[in-house]
Amino acid sequence: MCQVEEEYHGPLLREELPSVSRQCVKCKEASAAVVIRAGDAYCRGCFKEYFIHKFRAMLGKNRLIFPGEKVLLAVSGGPSSCSMLSQVQEGLSQNAHKKLRFLPGIVYIDEGGAVGQSVEHRRRTVEELRAVFRATGFPFLMVPLEQVLDLPSSVVLSAPGAPEQEAGAYKAAVDHFLLSDGSSGVTAGQQQETPPPEVQEAHTHSLQRLLGSARTLTAREELLNILRQHLLVHTARSAGYSKLMLGDSCTRLAVKLLSSISLGRGAQLAHDTGFSDSRYGDTILVRPMRDYSAKEIAYYNRMFSVPSVFTAGLDTKTADKSSIQHLTESFVIKLQADFPSTVSTIYRTSEKLQSCKGSASAEGDRCLLCVCALDTAAENASAFSATLISEQLSQTKSPGESRQAPEWTAPASQCCSIVGGELCGNRGGGCCSSAKASESPPLRSLLCYSCQLTIKDMSSEEVLPQYILSEAERRLRRSQLREEIRDFLLEDEADEG
Amino acid sequence: MPVLCSSCGDKRAVLKRPKTGHSLCKACFFWAFEEEVHQTIVTANLFKHGEIVGIAASGGKDSTVLAHVMKLLNERFNYGLELMLLSVDEGISGYRDDSLETVKRNQEQYELPLKIVSYEELYGWTMDAIVKQVGRKNNCTFCGVFRRQALDRGALMLKVDKICTGHNADDIAETVVMNVLRGDIARLRRCTAISTSSEGEGVVPRCKPLKYAYEKEIVLYAYFKKLDYFSTECIYSPNAYRGHARTFLKDLESVRPSSIMDIIHSGENLSVRDGVKMPVQGTCKRCGYISSQSLCKSCVLLEGLNRGLPKLGIGKHHRLHDKILNQQPLTEKEERKLKAVHF
Repeated sequence: MCQVEEEYHGPLLREELPSVSRQCVKCKEASAAVVIRAGDAYCRGCFKEYFIHKFRAMLGKNRLIFPGEKVLLAVSGGPSSCSMLSQVQEGLSQNAHKKLRFLPGIVYIDEGGAVGQSVEHRRRTVEELRAVFRATGFPFLMVPLEQVLDLPSSVVLSAPGAPEQEAGAYKAAVDHFLLSDGSSGVTAGQQQETPPPEVQEAHTHSLQRLLGSARTLTAREELLNILRQHLLVHTARSAGYSKLMLGDSCTRLAVKLLSSISLGRGAQLAHDTGFSDSRYGDTILVRPMRDYSAKEIAYYNRMFSVPSVFTAGLDTKTADKSSIQHLTESFVIKLQADFPSTVSTIYRTSEKLQSCKGSASAEGDRCLLCVCALDTAAENASAFSATLISEQLSQTKSPGESRQAPEWTAPASQCCSIVGGELCGNRGGGCCSSAKASESPPLRSLLCYSCQLTIKDMSSEEVLPQYILSEAERRLRRSQLREEIRDFLLEDEADEG
Repeated sequence: MPVLCSSCGDKRAVLKRPKTGHSLCKACFFWAFEEEVHQTIVTANLFKHGEIVGIAASGGKDSTVLAHVMKLLNERFNYGLELMLLSVDEGISGYRDDSLETVKRNQEQYELPLKIVSYEELYGWTMDAIVKQVGRKNNCTFCGVFRRQALDRGALMLKVDKICTGHNADDIAETVVMNVLRGDIARLRRCTAISTSSEGEGVVPRCKPLKYAYEKEIVLYAYFKKLDYFSTECIYSPNAYRGHARTFLKDLESVRPSSIMDIIHSGENLSVRDGVKMPVQGTCKRCGYISSQSLCKSCVLLEGLNRGLPKLGIGKHHRLHDKILNQQPLTEKEERKLKAVHF
C-alpha cells in the first residue's frame, strides 16, 4: 500500500488452483474450508485454532486484565460482540489450553427506544438475547437505554484509576493467583434472574425527544454513542467491574478511525480506536476483537454456530450519504473490495497513535460529553481559530468598525463580562446563575471540538439528560468563580482537584 | 425577497459562503476572504519584512488567486515582501504550454517577475517523453517528485527566501485522508503543517497561505474578481486512487460542510506514539537533495528512466540503491521486473 496505484498484475496472472483440491496452508493435510486473506486457505480445525489463539494472544500481549478481575462484556447482539462472548466462554472452559482467569459478566443495552421499536419488538429481542446469555452461565444485565436519563453526574468525571502498574505487577499477580487458589478461583458469579426493569413510556419519549433534537443523523449517532458509553461505564462501575470489553472488530475500528478524523476527533483517536481506553480512569475499556476482520468473524460464527441477534441501529436502511459515519463505512467497505489491504492499513495507523499531547487530569480540561481531554485551545493559526475568524468575519454587523481592528476573543469567557463586573462582585459565589436562565449558558466551552459540532447540530441543549446539564452548570459556576479570583492566584496551574 | 448580506446587513447577498453558510454581498465576501488569508499569514508568522517570496504559479485557480491576494495584501498591509512568480514547465503539450500562457499574462497583470524552470533543462526529460516510456500508469509519481525538486531548484536560481504554494483546505484534508489510507504515519503527522521548517541546504522553506481557504471559495473569489486562470485537468490520467479520496471528501462536505476544516483540525491534533519508527532525514549521496534513503526519489526515478527501467522508482527497491550508486549493472531477473509493462 505504499504506492498510490497498487499493481496486482503480477500475482493475478498466476493460474488459480482448482479450489476443491486446495489444501490447508497450516497443516497441509485437510482440505481448506475458508480463505481468510488472498492465498491463506485454512481447514476447519486450523481456522478454529488460529481464531482462538488470536484472542488469547491479544489479551496476553497487552497484560491488562489481571487474574480474578471482574470484566464486563458489552454485547450488542451483533456478530462481533457475540463472537467475543463465545471466545471468553471458550477461554474459560475447563479444557482450554491456556485458561483465561478473569470473572466475566455480560451487559446488553437495549436501544430499541432510541430507534423507535415497539415494546413488543423490544421484548422479543431481549428474550432472544436472554436465552443466549443464559446458556453461557455468566451473570448478565439487561439495561434499557432509557436508564441513561437517571445517571448521576459522576459518570462524566474521570475517576482516579488504579496507580500505574509496574512492569512486574502483572507477573506477580499471576503468581499470586496461581499460589492462592488457581484451580477453583474462576467461578463465574452466580446468574441471577432479575426481571427486566420496566421502561416508562415517558422515559422513552424523553429519550426520543433528546435524539430527535439532533437535526442530522451524524449528530444523532454521535449522541447515541456517547449516551451508550456513559450507561455502560456507569453499569460497570456500579456492579463493581473494573474492565469493560467492547467487541469492535478491525473493520469497525478502521471505519471508526476514518470517521473520527472526519468528525474532527483527531486528538481522541487513540482513545477511540486503541486496545485500551482509560479516559474514565477507574473503568478501562478494552477492545480484544480488534485483530479480527468482520469477514473472519462472520466465517467463524457461521462455521461454529455462534448465535447472534440482529438489532437495527440508527443508520439501518439509510442512504450512504445520510451521515458521516455511514458514508465512511460504505467508503471503506467499497474500497476494501477493490484494494484488499485497505482495512488493515487504516487499522495499523491506530496502533501508532497516542492520546493527547498533554495529560489533562483536571476535570475542567475534559470534555463534558466524551470525557476526553479538550482540544479547543485555539492556538494561533490553527483550523479551529481559522473557523472562528471566518464565522466572525461573516456576520460582523458593521464592517467599517472592525475593518481596522479585526480582533477576536476566545468565545468562552463572555458570560460575566456582559453582566458587568459590579453585579458579579456583589453576588459572590452565585455569579451569573440567575442571568443564565434568560440566555443559554456557554455549554460549548465545556466540550471538545467534535462534541461542539454535535451540539451545534441540535435544536436545543435543554433536552440533554439532567446529569449532563447539572454537571455543566457546576463546571461553569466553578470556572466563573475562578475567573473572579484569578488576580489573586499566583500561578495558573492545576487549580482543579 | 432578496437576502441581505449578513455582514453589512445593507447590500443584497450574492453568494452563500461554503465555509460558514452565511450569505454575503460581493464586497463583504472579498473583504472576509482577504482578511482570513491575512490573519493566517500574520498569526502563523509566515513572512518577515524584506523577504523575497516566490509564488509557485501553475496558472490554475489556486495559484492565480494566491498571486492576486499576495500582491494585494503585501500592498494593503505593508508586508514589505518582494514577490516573484515561479513556474515549472513539465513539458506536457496541450496542457502545460497553455496554462503557462496564463501565467505569462498574470505576470503582466500583476507586474511580477516570472521564472520558468522546465523538466527538460533540469532532468533532460519532458513528461511527454516520460509517459512515452512509462505508460499512462504511475506517471504522476514522476511528475510529482520532479516538481517538488524543480521548485526548489528554481527558487535557488531566483534566490528567494521562501516559496508559497496554492494548496487550499480541500487539498490538505484530502492529503490527510490519503495518508490514512496509505498508512503513512510520517506524512500524516507533517502534512497539516502550514510551513516546512528549514530542512537543510538546497531546500527552500515553503508555506501555504491558503491553507484554510475552501476550494469552492477560491473559485468564487476568482469568479467574482474575474481573474484570468486556466482550468483543465491534466491530460495524463487523473490519478485513480486519489480520486477515491477526493470523491469521499466531496461527499463528506455535502453531508457536513465543516468536514474539511474538521479533518484539518484532526490532522493538527494527532499525536504519534513515542517509539514509532520514523524515517530519518538525510541527504542524497548523488545530488545532495534531502532524502530518507541513500538516493533521493528523483535520482532513482531518473536512473530508471535513463537505464530504460522505468519501474525502478515505483515501489520500494531500496536494496538496489547501492548498486545504482556504484553504477553496477543489475541482474537479468531484476531488470525483467523493472521494465515497463504494456498491455
